[in-house]
Amino acid sequence: MARMKFLCDSDRCIECNACVTACKNEHEVPWGINRRRVVTINDGKAGERSISMACMHCTDAPCAAVCPTSCFYTTADAIVLHDKDTCIGCGYCFYACPFGAPQYPRVGNFGTRGKMDKCTYCAGGPQADNVAAEYTQYGANRIAEGKLPICAEMCSTKALLAGDGEMIATIYRERVQKRGYGAGAWGWRTAYKETLSV
Amino acid sequence: MLIKRSEGKAAKQRLAQAYAGLSSGGLDRRAFLRQAGFAGAGLAALGTLAPSRVQASGAATGVADHSRPIQRIKNICTHCSVGCTVTAEVQNGVWVGQEPTWASPINRGTHCAKGAAVRELVHGDRRLKYPMKLVGGQWQRISWDVAYAEIAEKLMKVRAESGPDSVFWLGSAKFSNEGAYLYRKFAAFWGTNNVDHQARICHSTTVAGVANTWGYGAQTNSYNDIRNSKTMIIMGGNPAEAHPVSLQHLLSGKERNRANMIVIDPRFTRTAAHATEYVRIRPGTDIPVIWGMLHHIFANGWEDKEFIRQRVYGMDEIRAEVAKWTPAEVERVTGVPGEQLKKVAQTFATEKPATLIWCMGATQKTVGTANVRAFSILLLATGNVGADGTGANIFRGHCNVQGATDFGLDVGTLPAYYGLEEGAWRHWGRVWGVPFENLRDRFENVQMMGAPGIPTTRYFDAATLPKDQIQQRDRLKAMMVFGHGGNTVTRMPEAVKGLEAMELLVVADPHPTTFAVLSGRRDNTYLLPICTQFECDGSRTASNRSVQWGHKIVNPIFESKTDYEVMYRLAGALDAAAEKSGQAIRFQQDMFKPYEIKDGAPTAESILREINRGSLSTGYTGQSPERLKLHMEHQDKFDLVTLRGREGTPVANEFYGMPWPCWGPAEWKHPGSHILYNTNLHVKDGGGTFRPRFGTERNGVTLLAEGSWSKGSEIQDGYPEFTTAVLKRLGWYDELTAEEKAWIEGNGGTFSWATDLSFGVMRVAMGHGCVPYGNGKARAVAWNLPDPVPVHREPIYTPRLDLLAQYPTLPDRRGFRLPHLGQSVQARSNQVARDFPIILTSGRLVEYEGGGEETRSNKWLAELQQDMFVEINPGDAAERNIRDGQWVWVSGPENNARTRVKALVTERVGKGVAFMPFHFAGWFMGTDQRSKYPQGTDPIVLGESVNAVTTYGYDPVTFMQETKVTLCQIRAA
Repeated sequence: MARMKFLCDSDRCIECNACVTACKNEHEVPWGINRRRVVTINDGKAGERSISMACMHCTDAPCAAVCPTSCFYTTADAIVLHDKDTCIGCGYCFYACPFGAPQYPRVGNFGTRGKMDKCTYCAGGPQADNVAAEYTQYGANRIAEGKLPICAEMCSTKALLAGDGEMIATIYRERVQKRGYGAGAWGWRTAYKETLSV
Repeated sequence: MLIKRSEGKAAKQRLAQAYAGLSSGGLDRRAFLRQAGFAGAGLAALGTLAPSRVQASGAATGVADHSRPIQRIKNICTHCSVGCTVTAEVQNGVWVGQEPTWASPINRGTHCAKGAAVRELVHGDRRLKYPMKLVGGQWQRISWDVAYAEIAEKLMKVRAESGPDSVFWLGSAKFSNEGAYLYRKFAAFWGTNNVDHQARICHSTTVAGVANTWGYGAQTNSYNDIRNSKTMIIMGGNPAEAHPVSLQHLLSGKERNRANMIVIDPRFTRTAAHATEYVRIRPGTDIPVIWGMLHHIFANGWEDKEFIRQRVYGMDEIRAEVAKWTPAEVERVTGVPGEQLKKVAQTFATEKPATLIWCMGATQKTVGTANVRAFSILLLATGNVGADGTGANIFRGHCNVQGATDFGLDVGTLPAYYGLEEGAWRHWGRVWGVPFENLRDRFENVQMMGAPGIPTTRYFDAATLPKDQIQQRDRLKAMMVFGHGGNTVTRMPEAVKGLEAMELLVVADPHPTTFAVLSGRRDNTYLLPICTQFECDGSRTASNRSVQWGHKIVNPIFESKTDYEVMYRLAGALDAAAEKSGQAIRFQQDMFKPYEIKDGAPTAESILREINRGSLSTGYTGQSPERLKLHMEHQDKFDLVTLRGREGTPVANEFYGMPWPCWGPAEWKHPGSHILYNTNLHVKDGGGTFRPRFGTERNGVTLLAEGSWSKGSEIQDGYPEFTTAVLKRLGWYDELTAEEKAWIEGNGGTFSWATDLSFGVMRVAMGHGCVPYGNGKARAVAWNLPDPVPVHREPIYTPRLDLLAQYPTLPDRRGFRLPHLGQSVQARSNQVARDFPIILTSGRLVEYEGGGEETRSNKWLAELQQDMFVEINPGDAAERNIRDGQWVWVSGPENNARTRVKALVTERVGKGVAFMPFHFAGWFMGTDQRSKYPQGTDPIVLGESVNAVTTYGYDPVTFMQETKVTLCQIRAA
């Protein structure tokens, strides 16, 4: 079975934010919620690197481990999703997540946040595929249509790769060999606890 | 970039508030549609709402209904010049989704932030919804009919009182090719050369510089071809933010060839972050850097001697100038260490093929044309022109700035660079089917017909200067602005006065633009809602000269109209106004008679056919609507690197989008020219030579190529352009068919390849394997320019007073009907440099484009960049006690100008340099102008414009404005 993953090639990422607006466009994500964002380190200095960050759909997802209502579930493609009808907006997952993926629609008194929202790997939610109710709560379900997440498909420099872990590892390995030097595939090991043999 | 660091809860709330509160006033599209759907009585009032639009209201949630069919329509992104294909999913006439276009060889499915968010443009919450006018300072809704009639009447009044030259026709690089051409034709029929567009303020100096060097003013190779380069220098450009999808090709090339990627820039840009070498220079010292490189190249014999001998004129004069630029002098002027520059020079000259990429950092200078010339000379000296992986890869700005330039939205030429000479008017008169006399009588007089007009960088001067300083009958009195921002030109405080002096201001745009709010105008100001190119058919030319056809995705939203329709109807309204006021002139009949009129507007296809008939000089003749549509349909059949159509397909052997020149009528099936001046190919297969445009001999030295010719040429040496006389001399005249001869002899008998509408001269020349425009040498020395050999000249406002005497700017002069001050303004540096010690430069952000009105209204983009800012070096910030993120005043040395912006303290800029992005407007000198926008059309994000503090300074050849080097002071607010 395929294991769906994201990999951001930091040698290619130019912080153009296409992944961010493609996501907003595809799912009509409201202002203030960022399922995906681009992070830049060493900004303006030698060694500046950018990486596109969203839910990494971890193998052993810390968000799921801490969720008091067990709203998280992992699909057969190893995509980590959650059920908004069960979510109570407690925010534990936000503290557990190493990538800052969980987002909340409200900032209110007494810590009320509303239902958590995060990257779905363009795989929708627990409802039937591609029905209006699914779109309203979770956004489009591209995986059901046989497509990959829109952020990776539209990445301007093809830095952000999405797909079966083995497939994207192969693409990345070929790139590294062509370049003749290694590069940091940022976040991979944190998410998947595997060593990358390149 | 970057004021998006977390400011915690407070910031989030503030922004959410700004967004929610401010959008409440207007009618958003969904509310609009809902009203239209529910209330039958409302329909009549809304008037022009098409039936399909009403049906669409049911599905207006923006979500695709997967149980029903979805239509896919391809168009081209309306932002930068890369030309990414956009695939829209349309259901019930509503654009419900955007899919990657894997087939396009240019973007291969990808987009940048702007391209991935274009669907929002046609949601259009903040779009201008119906025509409006200012009445006593208040915006009022009016109907299209009233708008046309009132505008036409006022235009005809100005015409009667002040002459046709008192109306300024400002066009757009966002027009389709057909729209741009039609607008230029409109100005010609109005009787003025005061017609311009954004190319003036982005790459006019590129066009002038490279056309004066080797013949045509365009990118020589393509984005895709950069995949072949072994060395690329990016100088004065930041494509990672301005042309993000181009980086796909650059970075792939870098990986594939282990290529050197060298960035030369005053700023450590996002592009520099991916470079193998970064060279920091002082802003405004490009020529010394290039001469410094050539110094090492000539000293070490790294130049391409054979290439220079065969194909370059005047390199010895360059050697003499370059000899002055010793490594020590270069370091003194530019700040670049000699050893680093030597390494860069060696890499560029020896690790070939090498390409030089530039953008507005090179062009928006008082020495813009000279910069471009110097860049071209570096390419010539190293033999890096006219082959795979080489060339001047000039990345242009807007989606159709190349096409709009080609079609003469320019004060100095008719479409396709024919110029303004009588011969040019006669040529276009023949194409348009109107006699020369008809055109002449529309102008003030025959002299004004040949006199270059007033450029967009100076329109406000032409409205306010004393009459005797302006070389036309009267000042500018009326201004028609189609698709142009008001914050893109320097010296905005003076623009305010100019706008206030105009009797009439008309803004035709999807958004109100800065023009609507900048000045204190209270009346005689009209806003006309124009749809985007997504709501309209037409072709556009990408930076690499590939022409792509965009299919209309949805009907124009709200009451907006296409450019074609507005020009057609306005011409009709002008006729009525002329009749009413007893003026003899008429417009609509003569101008539009060649076109097919459908649904009250000329069709894009029929306009393109007229372009194909007349644009021989640039090879815009083979790209018929049918061929362009075929290419869009078969995008997947083209090679990624060579752009050639694969064998056995309907587009076999053709280059994608038939980059001009694409010779002959469409039936000749010319493939287009992927790489200009490429002698390795036959002319019929896209080959070419340098174009001899400046005679055949200079001071006893030939200007024709020596021992170099394009593949398969029967003349195996240089030759001049083909004319009927040349054909006779060669004994080839009788190869013309009887029909061709009949046309030529029936129309006067002497024609060149570019004016022979029978295509006979071109056909015969190409039959012998010759390039119709000739085979000449590129000119290292351009004797018709103010500086035939480019020389360093300090910016008008410079902190280096010690260099002023040695490298002064040009003396005061005149040009384009106006005075052009040089040294008299530069002398002010001596007084102001002490109080304004920081160099101010400007540039682009990835999220926004141009004046930014459209992109700042797009909620998906606006969220990413919410504040105007200034980048300031930590050293300068510490001296001024400025912390990151705090408000500061940036003030300039003219007009007591000052702007209130946020500080971004970063090492991205060097000490003594500050950077501001140029996309912001809506605040002016510390005042928020949001309330001046018509309700509901205010962009989400407003901010101070950098051009409020930019200063005087113009390139002598094109009047390009200086935006990249001026002085400023920064103080905590």
